[in-house]
Amino acid sequence: MQRALSGLVVLMLIAAAGYLGLSALQETNTLTLYSGRGESMVKPMIERFEKKTGINIDVRYGDTAQLAVLLQEEGEQTPADLFWGQDAGAMGALAKADQLQPLPESLYADLPAIYKSNTGEWVAVTGRARTFVYSPERVSEDERPDSVFDLTGETYEGRVGWAPTNGSFQSFVTAMRHRHGDERTLQWLEAMDANGAKRFRNNSSQVEGVANGEIDFGLVNNYYLPRYKSNDPDFPAEQAFFAPDDIGNLVNVAGIGLIRDAENREQALEFIRFLLSSEAQSYFTQTVHEYPVQSDVERNDNLQSFESLLEVAPEINLDELEDLEGTLDLLREADLI
Amino acid sequence: MVKRPPLHIMGPSLLVAAAMLVPLVYLVLRAFQADPATVVELVFRERNLWLLVNTLALTASVLILTTLIALPLAWILTRTRIAHKRLLTVLGVVPLAVPGYVMAYALLGVGGHYGVTAQLFGWQLPRIDGYTGAVLGLSLYTFPYLFLNLRSALLGLDANLEESARSMGYSEFAIFRRIILTQLIPSLMAGWLVIGLYTLGDFGVVALMRYEVFSYAIFNQYSGAFDRIYAAWLSLMLLAIALALVMSEGLILRRRRLASVGRGVDRQPRPHELGPWRIPAYVFLGVVFAASIGLPVMILAYWLLMAPPDPQFFLEVPVTFARSAGAAMPAAVLAAAMALPIAYYSVRYPSPLSSMVERSAYIGYSIPPLTLALALVFFALQTATFLYQTLALLILGWTLATVALALGPIRSTLMQMRPSFEEAAHSLGHSPRSTFVHVVFPHLRKSLFASLTLVFLFCMKELPITFLLAPTGYTTLAVTVFSRTSEGMMAEAAPFAAAIILFSGLSVALILNREGDRT
Repeated sequence: MQRALSGLVVLMLIAAAGYLGLSALQETNTLTLYSGRGESMVKPMIERFEKKTGINIDVRYGDTAQLAVLLQEEGEQTPADLFWGQDAGAMGALAKADQLQPLPESLYADLPAIYKSNTGEWVAVTGRARTFVYSPERVSEDERPDSVFDLTGETYEGRVGWAPTNGSFQSFVTAMRHRHGDERTLQWLEAMDANGAKRFRNNSSQVEGVANGEIDFGLVNNYYLPRYKSNDPDFPAEQAFFAPDDIGNLVNVAGIGLIRDAENREQALEFIRFLLSSEAQSYFTQTVHEYPVQSDVERNDNLQSFESLLEVAPEINLDELEDLEGTLDLLREADLI
Repeated sequence: MVKRPPLHIMGPSLLVAAAMLVPLVYLVLRAFQADPATVVELVFRERNLWLLVNTLALTASVLILTTLIALPLAWILTRTRIAHKRLLTVLGVVPLAVPGYVMAYALLGVGGHYGVTAQLFGWQLPRIDGYTGAVLGLSLYTFPYLFLNLRSALLGLDANLEESARSMGYSEFAIFRRIILTQLIPSLMAGWLVIGLYTLGDFGVVALMRYEVFSYAIFNQYSGAFDRIYAAWLSLMLLAIALALVMSEGLILRRRRLASVGRGVDRQPRPHELGPWRIPAYVFLGVVFAASIGLPVMILAYWLLMAPPDPQFFLEVPVTFARSAGAAMPAAVLAAAMALPIAYYSVRYPSPLSSMVERSAYIGYSIPPLTLALALVFFALQTATFLYQTLALLILGWTLATVALALGPIRSTLMQMRPSFEEAAHSLGHSPRSTFVHVVFPHLRKSLFASLTLVFLFCMKELPITFLLAPTGYTTLAVTVFSRTSEGMMAEAAPFAAAIILFSGLSVALILNREGDRT
């Protein structure tokens, strides 16, 4: 045991020395980013930025919600300068908890209205739209629904897929509750179920379900079909939006915010500007198949155009999409989860 | 022995007990920030009743299933002449290395319209999720906790007892029931406690299986509402259930005397010939290993083959592994070093204080890991900022979470060990300290190895504590797997997940091999 103990002491000393060494190396030219988005998506852009500006970025990867809670726990002692979260609800919660600081208006003044945060304390980096995927073989043009509420009709009996346990479906239901109230949302959920909507685990299984002929329509996020299409251009499914302003076209965003007590405000702002530049925006559009927040971007051919998105997306206060408990209660009441 | 315990036993024990107060204090502080009306609404809602029912149902079912797997497994691998015992023993521990979410993905991927079986063989099996999914998922990678505990107890059993029973005309079944099972109770209890508490606090499997239990409600509070105050109330409620479990185990174990008092030498009993039972035994082993190892390996292979990732991903694996193991190893040593005095204190110096100290070690393990991590963030920022986001804090966090894991095997062995050994050492003039080092410690080697293995494997796949406490940029295998799978990049995640299972399996083999050499 004594040997184990002394080994332990040595390990502790090494760790402490390593820590001191590391902190000595940290210059002011280093930004700390807490990223709720995965490394595979973030890293190429970080490397690009570092090369371009000479500013180093330390990234702490994690789950968006967990990092948001961590930031609240750290309060003013956080080492973070920036937080890049996967959904608007998390950004709204941080703004509400007074963890972010106002951004210069120039950053977001030109963004389309659907992307704007009411607080002005975070800015959208990319958009993810809800959309429907359908089979071009089995669905005639006049069968394409105008509204997500149409899907409870006879024409669609037994032909639609959905994923009630999926996170992005649930934030869509939260948005529907905001727009149309709990009662109407519950009616819709029950009517969909009664109309034989098939339950899937997630978005991609619905896309495959349409291709395999199991369903004719699926309620999904915009970036799944393009993943299949970029591997196989003849993949037998298409996607389209509902009529303008329908809640079925909800656009959620990934956003970035400047931490209230950020030490390196100027460099942090430079990074945000870089993410909004056409270089970074093209990368997100082309390789991640998400929507850009500005129009000066090369189009992804497997995606409905940015202009059409702006035309159809409903305006929703994104900061408020945080009542998951209420949504789960509703889904439970409808016996869907 | 009602003597006062020596300082080198008391000191570390009390230190651990004090450290366990950190998460408690944190939870109470957070809980009192809440608005009373909302708390009343949250704590006294009807939903908590069926969350409680679901939680208890899940825990009970997992305990039953893991026992049905681990008890026969441990018996076959210690008491029969089955071939390749060592390899099979390693296979019996490897499932511990499978991260919960990988097991859940594997089970979810089997059935359903797009399940692996539907795509490869055209069979459409029902989807495994909800209650069934959660029970299966949790049982398939937690049963080794029980297996390891039972195995070390069976290996430590004194053959004389059985042989006396046999000579008195007891049937084999009666011997098993009355002698072996009775002797196994402490290790069964230790295993059950560890699995039960794990089940209570787990987010990963229940969240993917969508089975609504307390921990899932806490998870929703953090991840859906970004809230830590009401999550603290739910965590306190969960902790109350966990402590009830810990206390009841303590009550059952109290006053049990399991060490033999007579003279004689501990011997291993003669192994049984399996004879015609060989085939069912192999079928049993086959089913257990196919489900617990085959299934996750199959899903990883499937992800890899469906969309082979850039070979560059494979190059990152060794470095990431080194980071994982580099933090997991010291945590394992520290947890075992802390568990040793606690176990000794509670077994050899029974008193209300010593049992309280021992029970307190379970706090760190019972609290949902995310909550424990937040408590340590809070603690470090309040008192020791220089520790924040250092490897030391991560190791400390893992240690607090796993002391209870390390405690089980050590305590079971101590309970089987005759106090007369130590008394003899005392009367021969050894000080308590030298008795501990020269008499007690050598007996505990096997169980210490078991403790090290348990903690090491826990840390290798641990997520929430790593996410929150690791130094910025210190990505472990588990973190990489999780962030890739959560972006839907299964193929890119697969090599890292496979590395967790493979390297952890190898470490288990090494540890068990070492254990074999010394006996």
